[in-house]
Amino acid sequence: MFAEQRNGEIRGVVYELLARGRGLADALQTELSAVCLGHEVGDVNNLIAHGADKIYLVDSPELANNQEDLLTQQLVELIQQHRPEIVLAGATALGRAFVPRVAAALPTGLSADCISLDIDAEKRLLLQTKPTFGGNIMAVITCPEARPQMATVRPHVFSRRESDGSRKGEIITVDFKRERITSRTKLIDFVEEIAETVRIEEADVIVAGGRGLEKAENFEMLNELASVMGAAVGATRAVVDEGWVAYSHQIGQTGKTVYPGLYIAVGISGALQHTVGMQTSECIVAINDDPNAPIFEVATYGIVGDLFQVVPLLIEKLKKR
Amino acid sequence: MNVVVCLKQVPGTTQVKIDPETNTLIREGIENIINPFDTYAIEEGVRLRERFGGKVTVISMGPPQTEAALKEAVSLGVDEGILLSDPAFAGADTWATSRTLSMALRKLEPYDLVICGRQTLDGDTGQVGPQLAEMLCLPFVAYVSQIEEIADGEMRARRMVEDGYEIMGSPLPAVITVVKEINTPRLPSLRGIARSKSASIAVWGVKELNIDPGKVGMAGSFTRVIRIFSPQQDRRGEIFQGDLESQVDCLVGRLKDDGLV
Repeated sequence: MFAEQRNGEIRGVVYELLARGRGLADALQTELSAVCLGHEVGDVNNLIAHGADKIYLVDSPELANNQEDLLTQQLVELIQQHRPEIVLAGATALGRAFVPRVAAALPTGLSADCISLDIDAEKRLLLQTKPTFGGNIMAVITCPEARPQMATVRPHVFSRRESDGSRKGEIITVDFKRERITSRTKLIDFVEEIAETVRIEEADVIVAGGRGLEKAENFEMLNELASVMGAAVGATRAVVDEGWVAYSHQIGQTGKTVYPGLYIAVGISGALQHTVGMQTSECIVAINDDPNAPIFEVATYGIVGDLFQVVPLLIEKLKKR
Repeated sequence: MNVVVCLKQVPGTTQVKIDPETNTLIREGIENIINPFDTYAIEEGVRLRERFGGKVTVISMGPPQTEAALKEAVSLGVDEGILLSDPAFAGADTWATSRTLSMALRKLEPYDLVICGRQTLDGDTGQVGPQLAEMLCLPFVAYVSQIEEIADGEMRARRMVEDGYEIMGSPLPAVITVVKEINTPRLPSLRGIARSKSASIAVWGVKELNIDPGKVGMAGSFTRVIRIFSPQQDRRGEIFQGDLESQVDCLVGRLKDDGLV
């Protein structure tokens, strides 16, 4: 599995992959290896504590900012040398951009954004379940002949294992061979955008508002609920179009797709364009005064009532906790 | 400046159902559209031609009815549409699709830029753009939100990443995928509609592409879809009763029990 780093830190999805990868490796009675490409990456030993048997570590200043040409060539080389049966990577922006190139170069099959991985032990096949049509249809995919079997895996679908400091593993350092590996594209600049740091894609709890909030000022109430819960704030397209919040908060067909542990929909009717972006959340709470609103059809828990009374009550009770 | 845009025709809704008897998707009565993410690719191609001159060609692999999507692209300003259609192309996974498109692109050389949408509405993979680049041995930039400059065979583009944006430099020709932030697609012009009515869309199959039928369609695919199913809506769907205060109490209690707060 690919242990993605950003700014020298291992990303959260890697620990989720380690947990599931450990289970797959055990089912196949084989080893689980992690490949880490970066510069001065911390926590590498932690990968072993979380389930890896071997770490292939390639350290070079040139690998620090994830240039995809370099990652592609280096990962292809390692896969060709060590011939794993299965290769997994997080379905992050980076993973979804460069892992398809690795698969094309090898070449082998690749499935995108999987939410479930299982083993057919008899045939040693990886059963890869991925959502299509915005999550309305699930497809189970296999790669019967070519090897490795490759999949990118959606963040937040697998739980991490507990760290076990007594686990033993091996760190294998691999030289980065600059003369053989070149980058055609180059990173000229990176601009961090405050508005984009909302990162609703990575939040465990999201509080989202719709047109039921009536006006921009009322969004303040949602911000308060979000801060009490340590949540990120999401919004429907209607609300973004009104200019109440920035586009980076938009969830749905033309916005972001999210799947947090808890999604609280406030004053959201639940049009399909919105629900395709959040319906795979683990727990959905709907607060709406219209009992026939379609949001209740996807909700785990629902309160039919005036949100201007419900939300302040909820804030109060959660504060008392 | 010659630009090639790749598009896919997709069902105009994600609310598709499975026929329980055949275990296949029910496609009857569903209107097909240009994949929404590809409309930004078309618009960007047309804008580049307006800035630098040259030609915009759009290609698509699909069954014969895909011609409608290519004609629509002509109405939106592209110069030419080419349909890659052959019974042998059916059942292709992303690798076989990319391979077929890459053979068409080789036939269309020289070009400066290949533009794809970020992903499709139906398959949701986003894999064809990067795989095309790899097969054509071209540089690749994903998630482009602005093409800042094209000069002396080099492109400078802004691309979205999770916490901001990166300015990337790349030699041309290159392959990019674009996000919706890049532009606002125009509506078809009257002239465009008239042109699209009379436009003839060339059809290229296995023979025209000079491609091994074993390397396309299902025969050329590494992956197999072994099963499709509708996800279970296992929502408990509990609507609380009583006055608002006790409803909120119930909710907080449930969330605590579930370990969510």
